[in-house]
Amino acid sequence: MQTVKMVVTGPFSAGKTEFIQSVSEIDVVSTERKISSAAERAVKESTTVAMDFGRITVNDDLVLYLFGTPGQKRFDFMWEILSEGMLGFIVMVDSTRPETFREARSILETFRAYAPTPYVVAANKQDMEDAWDLEDMRHALRLDGKVKLLPCIATDKEKVKSILVELLYSVLGELK
Amino acid sequence: MALRGNLRDFTITQLLNLINLARKTGTLVVDGPGEQAFVSFREGKLAYARVGKDDGSLAAVLHRANKLTVNQYRAIVERAGRINDKELGLLLINAGYLTQEEILANLQTYFTEAIRRLFTWVEGFFRFENEMLPPDDRINVRLDLENIIIEGSRQLREWEQLQDEIPSLDMALKFTDRPLKNVNLSVEEWRVVSYINPKNTMKQIAQTNKMNDLEVRRIVYGLLQAGLVEIVRPEGMVIPQSPKMFPTQDKEEQKSLVNKLIGRIRSL
Repeated sequence: MQTVKMVVTGPFSAGKTEFIQSVSEIDVVSTERKISSAAERAVKESTTVAMDFGRITVNDDLVLYLFGTPGQKRFDFMWEILSEGMLGFIVMVDSTRPETFREARSILETFRAYAPTPYVVAANKQDMEDAWDLEDMRHALRLDGKVKLLPCIATDKEKVKSILVELLYSVLGELK
Repeated sequence: MALRGNLRDFTITQLLNLINLARKTGTLVVDGPGEQAFVSFREGKLAYARVGKDDGSLAAVLHRANKLTVNQYRAIVERAGRINDKELGLLLINAGYLTQEEILANLQTYFTEAIRRLFTWVEGFFRFENEMLPPDDRINVRLDLENIIIEGSRQLREWEQLQDEIPSLDMALKFTDRPLKNVNLSVEEWRVVSYINPKNTMKQIAQTNKMNDLEVRRIVYGLLQAGLVEIVRPEGMVIPQSPKMFPTQDKEEQKSLVNKLIGRIRSL
């Protein structure tokens, strides 16, 4: 059995677990715990503390694993472990929470330094009224024009699929 | 129980605060990133500090502060190599070259600078040696720690923010398309700008310019914010592809595998 993996990363509450849940053929093996910090609890009730784990079986010989990283900085020791041997990574950013953009940039730079693998940036919650425009987000995230910044709705399977496919096209591009 | 631990769990600022409150006497030894620091205290006050290869001698401190020329410094080291700092201080005072206040002020500045360097150390081990007193042959000062602690806390916050913005100094910089015209840069900023090239990592730029991590991050952050540069992976840097990335090392098989993945995901 051959296995490959992709990593979904991003700040706290960016939608990483939902993203994986939308396409995983198994229930996501999640390590969510109740949030103890009042400030963070105002955003959501529980958070990933070790990793999320999803699976897509291609055929009898090939399986794609999707790993979601914990979003909070204090769990960043997990990031390097999870990034080992990844095909590529997706940085999820909540388009409605500009206060997390700086952290998203930092996570992106950290992962870029870990491995020379392709990546895409997924601008999540683009269906929300207060979502930032992609071009504004590109400037705020200081993304080069060549970096793929893609609109995303983590609960929408088709959108999630298109992001995974875009990342795989980038992987393919690197192989040529 | 011995006061020892890891800077990840206990910061320099927290250590200074503890030493200050407990009015400790002894030497804090810190094994930082590639160098070692010795900071001595008497009853909770800073007495002496030395970081890395700097010998912290009075002659070296005064030379650094441009109070002694290179020739004067060399002459002192050669001719008066056997006298200690206290004797050298007396000689300089008696010769009317410097006053006692000037000597103490220069030493205080030097020791404070040494501690400022420590504030940028976030990795490393520390231990407090109660028995290790400030060196006898050096002039000690008595400097209150409160202001240093306040400055350190401020610097730590800045450091954390800059670390978030620029997590790795192993990356390089390149200029954006925006022209570098009508931009007012300081001498320090120009020194960094002159080495910006996708082949040079930020760590190399810092080393060449004798800047510490905080100083180079501060300058790069300004350039990034102004949209003048962007962070890139260093050109020619060979990061070995993890063998675990693909189950096969054959390029064609790798392409076929990725195409299979694309097909499968589309069909979901």
